[in-house]
Formats: sequence, structure tokens, C-alpha cells
Amino acid sequence: MTTDISPAAPSPAPPPDTETQDGRQQNLLQEILSGSWLVSLLAIVLAMLLGGVLIAVSNAEVVAAAENFFAAPGEFFSTLFSTVGNAYSALFRGAVFDWDARTAERAIRPLTESMVSGTPLILTGLGIALAFRCGLFNIGGQGQVILGATLAGFLGYALDLPPFVHMLIAVIGGIIGGAVWAGIAGVLKARTGANEVIVTIMLNSIAGYALGYLLKQNWFTHTTSANPQSRVVDDSAQMFLLLPAPFRLHVGFVLAILATIFVWWLLDRSTIGFEFKAVGANPHAARTAGISVSKVTILVMIVAGALAGLGGAAQVLGTEFKLTGGISGSIGFDAITVALLGRSKPLGTFLAGLLFGAFKAGGYLMQSQTGTPIDIVLVVQSVIVLLIAAPPLVRSIFRLPTPVLKRKED
Amino acid sequence: MTAQTVDTTPSTPVRAVAPIAWKYPIVYSILALVSLVFFGLVGRDGETTFRVATEGDFFAIPDLVVSSTVAGLILGILLVIMAVVSVFAAVRRIGLGSWFPMLFGVLFVVSFLAWAGGGSGGVIPMTTLLAGALALSVPLIFGAMCGLVGERSGIINIAIEGQLLAGAFLAAVVASVVKNPYAGLLAAPIAGALVAVILTFFAVKYWVNQIIIGVVLNVLVVGVTSFLYSTVLTEDPGLWNARQKLPDLAVPLLSDIPVLGRVLFDQNILVYIMYVVVIALQIFVFRSKWGLRMRAVGEHPKAADTVGIKVNLTRVRNTLLAGAIAGLGGAFFTVGSGLAFGKEMSAGQGYIALAAMILGKWNPKGALLAALLFGFSKSLGNTLQSIGTPVANELLLMLPYIVTVFAVAGFVGRVRPPAAEGVPYVK
Amino acid sequence: MTKVFGSFVANDRIDLTIEPGEIHALLGENGAGKSTMMNVLYGLYDADGGEILIDDEPVTFSGPGDAVAAGIGMVHQHFMLVPVFTVAESVALGYEPTKSLGLLDLAEARKKVIEISSRFNFHLDPDALIEDLPVGAQQRVEIIKALSRDAKILILDEPTAVLTPQETDELIAIMRQLKEQGTSIVFITHKLREVRAIADSITVIRRGRIVGEASPDSTEAELASQMVGRAVSLTTDKDEADPGEASFHVRNLTVVDKAENVVVDDVSFDVRRGEILAVAGVQGNGQTELAETIIGLTQPRVGTITLDGKDLAGESVKTRLGAGIGFVPEDRSTDGIIAEFSIRENMILDVYDREPYAKGLNLRPKVITEEAKRKEEEFDIRLGSVADPISTLSGGNQQKVVLSRELGRQLRLFIASQPTRGLDVGSIEFVHKRVIAERDSGTPCLIVSTELDEVYGLADRIAVMYSGRIVGIVGPDTSREALGLMMAGVPADEALAATADPSSATDASSAAEPVSPEPADDNSATPSAEETE
Repeated sequence: MTTDISPAAPSPAPPPDTETQDGRQQNLLQEILSGSWLVSLLAIVLAMLLGGVLIAVSNAEVVAAAENFFAAPGEFFSTLFSTVGNAYSALFRGAVFDWDARTAERAIRPLTESMVSGTPLILTGLGIALAFRCGLFNIGGQGQVILGATLAGFLGYALDLPPFVHMLIAVIGGIIGGAVWAGIAGVLKARTGANEVIVTIMLNSIAGYALGYLLKQNWFTHTTSANPQSRVVDDSAQMFLLLPAPFRLHVGFVLAILATIFVWWLLDRSTIGFEFKAVGANPHAARTAGISVSKVTILVMIVAGALAGLGGAAQVLGTEFKLTGGISGSIGFDAITVALLGRSKPLGTFLAGLLFGAFKAGGYLMQSQTGTPIDIVLVVQSVIVLLIAAPPLVRSIFRLPTPVLKRKED
Repeated sequence: MTAQTVDTTPSTPVRAVAPIAWKYPIVYSILALVSLVFFGLVGRDGETTFRVATEGDFFAIPDLVVSSTVAGLILGILLVIMAVVSVFAAVRRIGLGSWFPMLFGVLFVVSFLAWAGGGSGGVIPMTTLLAGALALSVPLIFGAMCGLVGERSGIINIAIEGQLLAGAFLAAVVASVVKNPYAGLLAAPIAGALVAVILTFFAVKYWVNQIIIGVVLNVLVVGVTSFLYSTVLTEDPGLWNARQKLPDLAVPLLSDIPVLGRVLFDQNILVYIMYVVVIALQIFVFRSKWGLRMRAVGEHPKAADTVGIKVNLTRVRNTLLAGAIAGLGGAFFTVGSGLAFGKEMSAGQGYIALAAMILGKWNPKGALLAALLFGFSKSLGNTLQSIGTPVANELLLMLPYIVTVFAVAGFVGRVRPPAAEGVPYVK
Repeated sequence: MTKVFGSFVANDRIDLTIEPGEIHALLGENGAGKSTMMNVLYGLYDADGGEILIDDEPVTFSGPGDAVAAGIGMVHQHFMLVPVFTVAESVALGYEPTKSLGLLDLAEARKKVIEISSRFNFHLDPDALIEDLPVGAQQRVEIIKALSRDAKILILDEPTAVLTPQETDELIAIMRQLKEQGTSIVFITHKLREVRAIADSITVIRRGRIVGEASPDSTEAELASQMVGRAVSLTTDKDEADPGEASFHVRNLTVVDKAENVVVDDVSFDVRRGEILAVAGVQGNGQTELAETIIGLTQPRVGTITLDGKDLAGESVKTRLGAGIGFVPEDRSTDGIIAEFSIRENMILDVYDREPYAKGLNLRPKVITEEAKRKEEEFDIRLGSVADPISTLSGGNQQKVVLSRELGRQLRLFIASQPTRGLDVGSIEFVHKRVIAERDSGTPCLIVSTELDEVYGLADRIAVMYSGRIVGIVGPDTSREALGLMMAGVPADEALAATADPSSATDASSAAEPVSPEPADDNSATPSAEETE
């Protein structure tokens, strides 16, 4: 344990369960005011406000109006609100419901787009949340997504199989890819004590370069093109759509729901999850109770990687359909914020994944319609997570009561 | 006395002799054989030119032209001999000095270069290769020093990446607006320190897990700089993002030394600052009052508290200082290289800097060597790509990361971080 | 002086006067508030009321720096030394002699160490790394630290807890020497024998209050009753053991630690069904490792462990638990419970995958809750809800949770390491009763304890460990003096002869003789130990 950055000491994911569980006997108002859900909500509001400020100061019109503030304060405020308002309403229309759309289909399509963007985030986020709950910092979502996407994509165009079976094989390939990649970190941690944070960060970069290398090899890409990208995945391997075109919602979203239920069962209802959590919370006590810490460490990473790999598979088989150097986007890192926002709970991660998926989907419309760069979404996301990680800060900003925590007094 | 009473005569202690350390000899042997067989016996025909001179050198050194196979054979045999020596040393349990792996590494790389340059009749421009290595190392070295100062005082800093990027951004913007690259140089540390302010605010005041803040801060800095780049900077690049370059300042005499003089002493001021920072840290971390207190706070904060050292204040101060160092490193991307700011231009260098720090075992000297190694492997990748060799660029670029994985897995000896790093200090 | 943590009053209007050049013992049970009080005195905590006077001048400390400046030095129970520093660096820290540019003047620091070290014959190398030094030497570094800052008052917090008997003797000599040179010493302890050996005056503290002064001439029983608050029931009611066949055997067990030190050295013994074998000895003489090896946390280098005729060599902890071993680890908070887990989860920590708690891979929350409630009743655990985190419970109740888990199933062997460490008297009695009940149901029991009272209270036979070896296995009527000698490494027959104990030790058990609490380290007070060695 010499190279340990002590994941156990400050609990990795901030959820002190006491906050939600103890509250039940207290009065309802108290619970709502001090509850973690409210903190999450307020963090989102604060982050959006901060994003609004950033949008405003970077907007030439608003800045011009501000320079005339004393001459025409009204104009400043109207410019301010219209600029920020336009950006956020475009974000909303791109993410949930587009009231400007010409057809009903078009109007509700944004919501399904959010689900599409959310699918890999949920799956990868679950992988990271699972590891957090078990005391492991899986920063390697990125690498695991890349490996999952690479293997799933390759199987998706290199094999020739009947529909569905082909998809299944490709998906399993993706799961294995992610599991193996995370498993390396797990085995090294279990065998040598190598810090999983460092190893997974390094594996992210290695995976990126490995994919870059493969995309230059014609045997791999199945194309003769010099472009570093692969052939398109066979129809038989693509994730079939749940709704007819123009909707892009595919079966990957169902997989995300199933994975959420699976992780809930695993953590809360299974003996395996009991072992996982025990090792995460106190490896010494777990060992004394006859649980093999190294076995659990490896297994946690494999399951976490499998989920992230599934996320990669969903990305390539469900939305992108071909491998490129940027196949993983920033899913791996976004997923960390998803897991944190979801407080490492399965349902929370699912909802957080949907929210960030919505940000992503809405961000594109916002960028194209109002010229507000999609990068603002990164700012909002990271501010949300920073605030959520420090509930006392949010409480003090809004002057909320502190939750009554039972403390041991000896 | 009962029947169970056990013989109490002291038995001889079971003291096994330390097992023979086979892992290094095995690695040496494999590498030596690879070199001998691939670069020598089945090597590529043709000649490789090592160009050591650049125009305007004080001494004109002729190009060194060698036959690829002959060089591969000779160097391969030398490496095999060294591998055999290492086996003997292991069996006899003799420690080999640090010169041994270094010499081995240099010979192996030369042998590799001779092979890689052959066939295509390639010219290996040594000065360019080394200068490129140094240039690519500069941000890594600053980043590694930042990580080192932070972690030695007990704060894990994953946000080096963000600090480099913030430094690059602010340096570019300020230099462009003021129209003076040195103004950018002054601004960069402020940007890095600002990121550190957020880091310490959450880490020290709210005890948020430091790895989490670091990762999130990186995303935040990417978001903010990219957003401003897409809005403000692209709107009027002439004002906000004009290229400014720190001029090269040749040190008299020293810069006239062939190859190395050019590489080391004909650089801009940022590189010289880097020399000073590394040397100063090497001395001050271990031999000054500041360093002693910093290490105490990072290893055993309570002990420091009992002798009246303000633990959290020390941590905050040092982390801010560290952030400023990383910010300087970021300036190298823009004003140091004469480039305008570009989105996400730090491109993961902060993570490599972290790796260099770990590989260097939290020592300035070690981190410097590790960062140089990483910079060299990247420069080698670039050089080989430009002369068209059979080795894929990506594989070389992967090298630092693979080396680091082996390092943290305990292959290069025990890596021991400061004992209290990442643990918030609560009275 | 008053110190409050939340609603818990750790120190309640304490008055204490230390005379110059005296050794003042502060005596109290674990958790009585001794260390809290000294931490306030040393400026680590702020007092919530009261004042501190030095030479009749009121002083206020905003931090330890002020306390040091006022001439107070403290040697903490857990040493405040950075393991990777040298001795000179450790002493210099906080008060660094510097040259220009803030560079350390290490020569000056070394000189200081050598100077103080030679004054007291400490034999310390200023360039040695702290982590390479034995505990006793580390403690001397701490004392040098305090002296180098001209401490007039030296606070020693439980200084003998980690020391070997020899080191304790050396420390007591050092304390006398310091006293002669005019340093006042506050000596915090719960070990009566040491207090009587060295203290000039004694203050007894209980539940955060001063309950009285005592003179060093008081008997141990008097001190004990003052400390605990009532006449201590020094005997535990139990029937005579009715041992059956020996079902647990340990033969030639040798355990080597990471640094290749032999920590358990060729140990052999049997435990019979229905008897309690207590392993006594000073902390750090291999008892912990012995227990951990039996449960499988450590693999032995040599030797066999057999339970019910089955060799346990190479088996995992899980298999051993499955074979019917119940194990109460020494360090409850580290090894025994998971603080973040609920009480009911902690109750199934090592049986979570067995019937009836699990079916296949599925946990059965309903059964788990019902069982937890049943155990709550049976073991009289004071709790709010079994779904609360176990960290909401007091130490005694946490230990009951551990016991309810380990004793709540059919056992073939019960091992408990320090089962009552840090518990209040009521909980101790409860734990002892349960252990005896388990014995009476026919389970062989192995109890490791450094508290001689516990050993006498529970044991049917006593094995004494010293330096990894079992010095001897003797009957429960062996005298305290003889056990003390054995704990210092004197073979059993010599120890018995030296103390001229009329009753020879046999296997036959008898009710434990009345004894005073905790003279585990009493070798210091029995100089004969060294003569006979």
C-alpha cells in the first residue's frame, strides 16, 4: 500500500449515506433543504448562472451595451438577458423540446437525441461510479471506451454474420475490450500496488496512440483510403433503431437502462457487491473477513471496464458507425463528471448521464443557432461537479441549514 | 510445569539471503538480443548519416556516415557484453551504478537510429533531434516541478494539465495585447496560480478529494479557454492572439560548443529559467528550511503542527507557487515557441509531466531526467517520421506512458509518494 | 480548564498544579480525558474555559508554538516524527538553524543532537533515519526535540505503551535524570505500577474530572478503585473448566515479517475443547502475528496448524472461517468493522455469502435485518436502528457487534485478540461473560491479551510470549511476579523458582486470585528480572 493515494481515506465519491438515510426520521422540510438532491439542483442552477456570465462577457453586443451602462441601463439588461436567454433557450430546444420545429416529430426529436448522446455517458459513467463505490479511482474511462469501440467496430465490419448475432458479437467484443484494458490496471494494482489513477491515465494515452496506429493500417481499417478512419460498420452489426428515422434512438439506450439495473443489483443486492463495497470502504476489515482484496480489485476493474467498453461499443455501433481517431470524444472524462454528479449511485448516474447528454445535444443547436461555442457546456459541467463535491459551499452560498449528522463520540 | 511447555532455546533466525534480482539482467539481455539480431544480423542494408554539425558552428564537424548493418553488429555485440556483465553483477549481488543503464540506453538508441536511418539513406540530424527533445521537455519539466512541490507538501495535483493550458492561454493573450512576449511570461504564472487557488480552495477548505478536483479542473480550463478562444480570440486575433516569440539569447562561449552548446545555451529566457528552477528546487527541497517544512507537511502534517508549523497555510502557499511554475511551463507552448494559442494545445502534456514526476520519484533531478527521456522519445518520433522510417510514430509516442506504467508497477524500484499526500489535514 | 467536543465534555473544570522539578503522574482509564487535557495544555486544542498559569502568569496558546515558547514540551503517544527525516532534521523542524537564503545549517542541528544526546547517554546518530530506529530510540528523539527547545515542563503521553521492558527501564532512568536537572515532568498513564515506581505526586482523572490526588505510597488496589470509580470487581465469575480433547494444535510455527525478522519463533501448543488458553505478553512480542497466522492473514514460514484433525496450511481466510474459526481482531476499527457500513451489514461481514443471509448471489435483506435485530437483543447492543452506520455506536457497542457476529454461529475455535481494549468496565464484564459462555459450550478459545487482569480473569491456562517464543505455559494460579518475569523472557521454571511461588503451576485451573489492573509492563518494577536473566 505504499503507492496508495489513499482512495479510502477521504471517501472518493462524496456520498456520506448518512445524509439521505438518517434524514428519514427528521422533518420533511429539513430533509429537503439539507438533502443532497437539493444541493445537486442548486449546483446545476449556479453553474448555469456562471455559464451565463461567461456567455455575456464574451459577447460583443453585451460588452458594448455595458460600456453604455450609465447612459442606457435598460438596454444593457435587455441585451444581457436576450443574449444569455437565447443561448439557453437554444440549448433547451436542442436538448428537450423544440417548439420552433415544423413537425411534431422534429419537436420531440431533441429529447431522443439527448438519450442518444447520454447512452455512452451513462454506460461509461456506471463503470466509473462502480469503481468509485469500491474505492478505486478509474480515471481510465477514456481508454476503456476507445478499446471497447475499437474492438466492437472492428468486429462490426470485419466479420460477416447474420443481423443481431453480428451486433451481439460486436457488443461482446466491446465489453471484452474495455474489460481487458481496465483489467490491466486492476491486475497491476492487485499484484504490485501500482496506483490505479496513474496507470489508468497512462492507459488512456496508450489506447489513443494504439488506435491512431491501427487506423493507419489497411488490414485494420478495411479500406484503401489514406484517411485515418475505418470502413463503415455492417448494417447487421449496427444497433437497431427503437424509433423510425429521423430518430436515431437505438437499442444502446435499452442496454444503458439494463446496465443501470444490473449495477444497482450488483451493488445493493448481491454478495459480490457486498465484497466490492467492503474492500472499497476498508480493505483491512474485508481481508480479515475472508474477502480476497486482490481478487475483488481485479474484478471491480474488469466490470467497470466492461461497462465503459459497452459505452464505446454503443458509440461506434449506435451513432458513429465508423472508427476515427476521435471516436471516444471526451466520453471518458465526461463520464467521470457524470459519476460524480450521480453520487456514484446507479440511478443518479443514469440521470446525470441523461443531463449531460442533453447538454451535449443541446450544445450543438446552441452553437449553430446563437454562435455560443459548445465549449460552454464543459464549463457548466465542471462547475456543477466542483460544487457538488463541496456541499457545504453550496449550502453556505444559499444559507441552507446543515444536515444533522450523527457522530460517534468516543 | 505443563507438558506443553515448549523448548525455549533461541533458534537460529531464519534469515534468507536476498534473492537474486533477475529483472534487470533479463531486460538488458532481451534488448541486447533485439539490437544484435534485428539491427545487426538481419539489419537493413545502406548507410546512415549522423549529422552533428549545423551551419555556423564554431568547429565544423563532418557528418558521420556508418553502414547500418556494421553499426548494428558492433553496437549489438557491445550491448550483449553489457548484458552479460549485468548477469554477473546480479549473481554476485553487486550493484551497478546509474551510469550502467544510461550507457546501455544510449548505445541502444544509437544502434536503433543506425538501423532506422539505413535503407532510406536517411540523415539523422543530431542537433535537431536533441534540440527538439529539449523543447518538448520544457513544459514537461516545469509541469513535473509543479507536481513535485505540490505533492511534497501533501496536495495531489492532477490539474497540471489545466495549469499548463491556462498559462499558455494567458501568456498568449497578454503578450499579444501588450505586444511584448515578456509581458506574456509575467502573466503565465498568474494563470497557473489561479488554477491552484481553486484547487486548494476545494482541497483544503472543503476537503474534496484532490484527484477529483484535479480531473474536473482540467475539464474546466479546457472549457473556459476553448470558449474564450472561439469567441473573443477568433473575433479579433490581431489584438488578442497575435504571435509573439521570446527571442533566443545565446550565452557567449557556451553556445559555441558543438551540438550540445547549440542545444542548451542558445535558447530563450524560459529555458534558462527552467535551469534555475530545477537547480534551485534540487537544493531547496532538501536543504532549506522551506523544503524541510514542506516535506514535513507532506509526510506527517500532525508532527509539523506540533512544532508550530501552520500546515494548511504551508500547503496552500506551496501549491500556489507550484501552480505558478506550471503556468510558466505553459508559456512555452505560446510565447516560448512563437505560436498563437490554440484549443487544447497542452494536449495531455500535463499528464506526462505527472508521470515524469513519479518516475523521478518526487526528486527534481529524477523528474528532470524522466521528462528529458519523454521529450527525447517524442522528438525521436518526430525525427523518424520526417526521414521516413519503418517504425510507426505512435509506437514511439506511447513509450513514455508504457515506461511509466512499468515504473509505478514497481519495476524501477520502490516508488514511494509523500505519506500524507491527498489527505486533508484536519485538527 | 474545560474542553468540549460537541456535546461531549472531555475535560470538565480541571485544576492541576505542577511543581518545578517533580514528576507528576496523571492517572486515568482509556478515554478519561488525559490526552485531551495535555493537548489543550500544549496548544493543539483550544480550551473552552479556564486558564493556564506559568509561574503565576496567565498564558494563552494559539498553537503549539506558543506552548513551546512558554517552556512546555510534549512527547506524544504516537510519535510526531517524520519517518523519512534524519534525527537532526527531526529535531530541527520548526526551529531550524539557518544560513543565508534560508538554507539549513545542518551542522548546527547535528551539534545540538550530539550535545543533548551525550548529556543523557542517548547514543543517537544525528544522521540516522527515523524509520530505521527502534521505538525506544524514536522516543529519545522526541525527548531531545523537547529539550532542545528548553522545555521546563515535559509532558509524556503514555510513554511506555510501545516500549519493551528494557526500554521502559531506560526511560524511567531518563526521567529521573531529567528531574534532577530541574525539569518538571507530567507523566500520563494508566499503568499503576509505573506510577508507583516513579511519581512524586499523582492526580487521578475519571470521565473528564479530577477525582482526587493520591500519594505514590497508595496500594495499587486503592489507585485502581479511584481510577475506575468503584471497587473493581477483580474476579470474573466462572466455573471450573471442563476441558475435552485437544482439537486445535499449533506445531513449530515460525513467522517471518517483511523485513525478514522472526516474529513468531517455533511456537507449539494445543487448545482443548472447553478451555480458554490466554496468550500473555508485552505488546509486540509476536502475539498479534500468531493470531493473524492462525486465521490465515499471514502465511507461516514453517510449522503446521491443525483444527479438528485438518491441516490448515495454505488455506485462505475464507476457508478457515468456513472451518468454524471465529476471529475477533485486535484493532477493531481497522480490521473488525467497516465504519461506513450499517450495523446489520457489519453483523454479516464474514458470513454474507452463507445461508441464510444469501441465496446464490442474492443477498436477502429481510433475513439480514431480522437476524440483526435478534442479535441486538441477545447481545444487548444499544443502537437506534440496525440500518444506521456502525460509526454511530460507541466502542463498546461496536465490539458487541463484532462479538455477535463471531459468536453468532457454531464455532470450532474462537480466537480473540485484545477483546476488551478501549472498552469501559461494563462492556468488559459483558465480553468476558460471553467468552466464558462460549468456552462452556465446548469451543476451544484462544485469547490474546496484554492486560494481565484479563488474562487472570479468563484463562484456564496461560501461555506467555516473549520475543516471538512461548516462554512457558502455566496455570492460572501462577503469581503475577512469575508471569512478569516470564514476560521479560525468563523461562517458566526459573521464574517460578525466583519468585518462590509456593503453589506450583499446573494445568488445573482455579479461580483467579484478586489482582490489580494492568501491570502488563511491570517488569520495570521487578528488577529481579534482569538478575535472573
